[in-house]
Amino acid sequence: MKTKENLRETAYFSIFRVSAFIGIGILFLTLILLFVSGYSVIDFNFLTKNWQHRDITQGGILPAILGSFYLGFGVIAVSFPLGIGTAIFLTEYSKNNLLKRIIKLAIRNLSGVPSIVYGLFGLVIFVNLLSFGTSLLSAILTLSFMTIPWIITASVESFESVPQKFRESSLALGATHWQTTRKIVLPAAITGSITGGIIGIARALGETAPLIMVGATFYLSNLPSSPLDKFMALPYHTFILATQHSSPYANTYAAATALVLITLTFLLSSGAIFLRFHYRRKKDW
Amino acid sequence: MNSNSKALYFSENIPKWIFGFIATFTVAILLGIFVFLLISGLGTFKEIGIKEFLFGTDWNPNAFDTPAWGIFSLVVGTAMISLLALFIVVPFGLSIAIYLSEIASPKTQEILKPLVEMIASIPSVVLGFLGLLFLAPLIAKIFHLSNGLNALTASILVAIAALPTIASICEDALSSVSQRFREASLALGATQWATIKKIVIPAAKSGLIAGIMLGLGRVIGETMIVLMVAGNSRAFPHSLLDAVRPMTANIAIEIKEVVVGSFHWQSLFMIGFILFVITFFINFLADILIHKKSL
Repeated sequence: MKTKENLRETAYFSIFRVSAFIGIGILFLTLILLFVSGYSVIDFNFLTKNWQHRDITQGGILPAILGSFYLGFGVIAVSFPLGIGTAIFLTEYSKNNLLKRIIKLAIRNLSGVPSIVYGLFGLVIFVNLLSFGTSLLSAILTLSFMTIPWIITASVESFESVPQKFRESSLALGATHWQTTRKIVLPAAITGSITGGIIGIARALGETAPLIMVGATFYLSNLPSSPLDKFMALPYHTFILATQHSSPYANTYAAATALVLITLTFLLSSGAIFLRFHYRRKKDW
Repeated sequence: MNSNSKALYFSENIPKWIFGFIATFTVAILLGIFVFLLISGLGTFKEIGIKEFLFGTDWNPNAFDTPAWGIFSLVVGTAMISLLALFIVVPFGLSIAIYLSEIASPKTQEILKPLVEMIASIPSVVLGFLGLLFLAPLIAKIFHLSNGLNALTASILVAIAALPTIASICEDALSSVSQRFREASLALGATQWATIKKIVIPAAKSGLIAGIMLGLGRVIGETMIVLMVAGNSRAFPHSLLDAVRPMTANIAIEIKEVVVGSFHWQSLFMIGFILFVITFFINFLADILIHKKSL
C-alpha cells in the first residue's frame, strides 16, 4: 500500500519536473532554431547598412533597428511620465473612494486587452482623428497607451507597498506632503515602477499587430526624418520577410532579423528581472 | 497670506495639480478606448441585425453582389484555437507551477522561474515565424496534409505564448498558501503528493483559476501567431485540421484595405469591440478571484 503510493508520488513528481524542463527547453529551442536559421547572414553589413528591397542580400536592417529604437525611446518618453504620474496621483493624492477603486480596477483589466484592439484605437484616434497619419508618432502613442496600464498597475503596487509608517514618520518630523512623497515614497517605490516599465517596453517592442495598422512599412529607403514619417521596425520586418517576400533568402533574413529583435527584448527583460531581484534583496520592510 | 505661506501653498499644490492633470488625462484616454471602439463599430447594427452579425456563418465583405457579414465562423475559429490551446497549456503550466512552488529547491526555483517568465519576452511574431518554418511542415507530414497551416498548429504555438502567464500566476497562487498548512498535513502523516493534492491545490484554487483565465485572455487576443499559421480560411471550420481565421487575424488582414468609415471598417471595429469586451471581462473575473483573499 505504502509503496504503491510512494511510486505514484515519484511518478507525478517526475512528470512535474520534466514539464518544467520542457518549458525551459522551449525557450532555448526557440533561440537555437533562430540562431541556426539566421546566423549565417548576420555580419557587420547586415547590422549597419540600409535596406535594399530588390536584392535583400545586398542590404542591412539598420533602418529597422533604428526604427525599433526610436519606437522604444518614444514609448518610454510618453508612457513612463504618464504611467508613473497617474500612479502617484492614485496612491498619494486621491481619496480612497469607489470611483478610485473602479478606475484602478479598469486600468488593471485593460492590461489584458489584446494589442490588436489598441491598434484599432490608435488607427481611429491618432491616425485619423488627430491626422498624424500612419507614422512613427502614431505608433509611439498607440504602443504607449498599450503599455501605460501595465506601468500604472506595477507602479500602484509598488507605491502601495511602501509602509504607511514611512509617510507618517516623515510628516511627524514636519515634512510637507510633497516633500514626503518626493524624498521618502518615490525613492522607495521607483524601482518597482521602472521594473514594470522595462518589462512593458520589452513587450511593446515585440508587438507587430498594432504596427501593421498604425505606421510600420517595409519599403523604406531612407531613415525617418520626422515623427510624422513612416518607419521600419524589427518585428514588422520579420513578419513581412517571413510571409510576403519572394526572395529565396527571405526566411534566412527573417530569422536573422528575429534574432536581433529577440536579443533586444531578452536584454530588456533580463535587465528588469535582475533589477527586481536586486531590489527585493535590498528592500528591508 | 504672507509670502512664506504663499510659497508653501504653491510648492505643495503645484505637484498635486500636475499629477491630477496627468491622471485625469491618462484615465480619460484609457476609458476613451472603450468609447471610441464602440462609436466606430456601432454603425454595424444600423444595417444588419445583431443576430445576423453574430451568428451568420458567412463572412464575405467584398462579394460583388451580396456581401455577407456573419462573424460566426471567425468566432468559432477563435474558440477552437483557444480551447485546444488551453487543453494543451493548462496541464503543462500547472505542472510547472507545482514543480516550482512545491518540489524544486529554493535555489532551483530562483533560477527557473525567471527563465519560464522569459518565454513571455519571445515576440509572438517570432513564434509564428518558427511555426511556419518548423512546426507547420511537421504537422503536415504527421497528418498527411498539403500544408500545416491549421487550427492545431496555431493552438500549439498559442499555448506556448500563454505558458508563462499560466505557469507564473499559478506558481504565485501555490506559493502564497501558508506553510503551516503543509506542515500540519505532513505532521498528520500525509505524503507530500497527498498534501499537494488535498491541501495546497484546494487552498490555492481561486488563484489557479485566475491564472488559467488570464492565460485564456492571452490566447483569445493573440494575433500574429494565428495570422501567420492558422491558414486564414473564412470557411466554417469542421475539424482541428481545418484552416481557420480567428477574429484577431481577420481584423489584421482586412483593416488596411478598407475605406475609413465605410461599413466594412465599422464592422471590423465591432469585432474589435467584442474582443475588448470578452478579454476585459475575463480579466475582470480573474482579478476578482486574485483579490478575493482566500483563507
